[in-house]
Amino acid sequence: MSIGEQHIVKSYDIELGKLGDALARMGGLAEAQLAAAIEALENRDGEQAAEVVGGDARIDSLDAFINEQAIKVLALRAPVADDLRTVVTALKIAGEIERVGDLAANVAKRSLVLNQLPPVAQTRSVSRLGRLSLAMVKDVLDAYLGGDSERALVVRDRDQELDEIHSALFREILTYMMEDPRTITPCSHLLFIAKNLERIGDHATNIAEMTHFRITGKSLPEERIKCDTAASLGGLPGHDTI
Amino acid sequence: MSEQGAPSPKMTARHLAVRYGGKLALKDVDLDIASGRVTALIGPSGCGKSTFLRCLNRMNDTIPGAKVSGEVTLDGAPIYGRDGLDPVLLRARVGMVFQRPNPFPKSIYDNVAFGPRLMGLCHEGADMDAVVQSSLESAGLWGEVKDRLATKGTGLSGGQQQRLCIARAIAVGPEVILMDEPCSALDPIATAKIEELIDSLRDQYTIVIVTHSMQQAARVSQITAFFHLGAIIEVGATEQVFTAPAKELTQGYITGRFG
Repeated sequence: MSIGEQHIVKSYDIELGKLGDALARMGGLAEAQLAAAIEALENRDGEQAAEVVGGDARIDSLDAFINEQAIKVLALRAPVADDLRTVVTALKIAGEIERVGDLAANVAKRSLVLNQLPPVAQTRSVSRLGRLSLAMVKDVLDAYLGGDSERALVVRDRDQELDEIHSALFREILTYMMEDPRTITPCSHLLFIAKNLERIGDHATNIAEMTHFRITGKSLPEERIKCDTAASLGGLPGHDTI
Repeated sequence: MSEQGAPSPKMTARHLAVRYGGKLALKDVDLDIASGRVTALIGPSGCGKSTFLRCLNRMNDTIPGAKVSGEVTLDGAPIYGRDGLDPVLLRARVGMVFQRPNPFPKSIYDNVAFGPRLMGLCHEGADMDAVVQSSLESAGLWGEVKDRLATKGTGLSGGQQQRLCIARAIAVGPEVILMDEPCSALDPIATAKIEELIDSLRDQYTIVIVTHSMQQAARVSQITAFFHLGAIIEVGATEQVFTAPAKELTQGYITGRFG
């Protein structure tokens, strides 16, 4: 006897395959949504932004499908070992991707408001932050689908960079608003957009950790350095130390 | 085998090998049976798990041509060899429940009283009544049979018969109970009752169970040992074995990607 890649019961492989395919499709959609939202923000393209807002429903319906499919496999196949880890992480990762989709849609929604207001210089920096978060999402999904835990860990480490850029950007936009109160409205939206993009990095990090668990069976220790200091910025003038 | 992290083992096997005629059924197996735990032995047919189980109370002695080598201890004392325990005394301390319920064609009462009577453990009358009652209670059968103790044990349902066999095993006051696929002939409800019983017996007895049902191993045991081709491939905490087994072979077997 030997161990094969396939299960003796072929329909089991088909069921697991459906789960993997749906997750791949969902991830691809979320990536496309995020890329389009960033583009729409950069180019002040209202049409594209509206498409992103409308497109989120497709991600949500895939999330619902994955939930159903995962519950079905759990109930009918009682998976164990790597199969169990595959099903459980698919369920959780679908939840993370669904949030990424929501955040991308929210970026697009706010960009529609920004289009009605005079341009703010920091938009360029925010879209750079967006591209970094997009690259993280893309890499982590590739790592998950390719079963590459090393690559997932590299993505996890990159979240630090994203956090640092977000904190710097927060400080910069704050200063900009202080200098010219007329920019407060667009800058507030820009701050939310930046925060959304930073949150996407956190979701990518969660996916990285689940990828590692799925492949190795081991949970990662919670010892990551958190570099997003934006939450503690402000207070008394001259006292916005880290 | 140290990952079991249990108190000192109730039984140990070292370099245990069994030959049936020319065929090597078990080769060089080392395993500790943790005290007060349920240890499940899993593996494909012919992997040696039942052979191993039968070594623990010398049931292989009764099979012509079977040759056992290596060492098995109970509370540190060897059970084989020149200084080995007397098999009859050993089997009172290490009881066994079989795949098919096999009550004697006697009354329910006599089925349970059989062992204590044979071993001269207690007097007939009130003493024996008490042993019969407490054994049936431990086996979760008392409530169902207390009004018909004189009827034949063979007239009970399959699940009840199996619990009667467990009561019979308990009646002689064993320390270890071996179970060889005790639920394979039972329906899911009767199976659930036996599993609940195994769980409740764990406080008092050390239990070793051979099962073909992976889910049963996962449900009832704290330690799982996976056998393949007469050798132990992996042994560990059941939770660990079923969520993240250390060996590819174990993973292939429990997920159904074997063969």
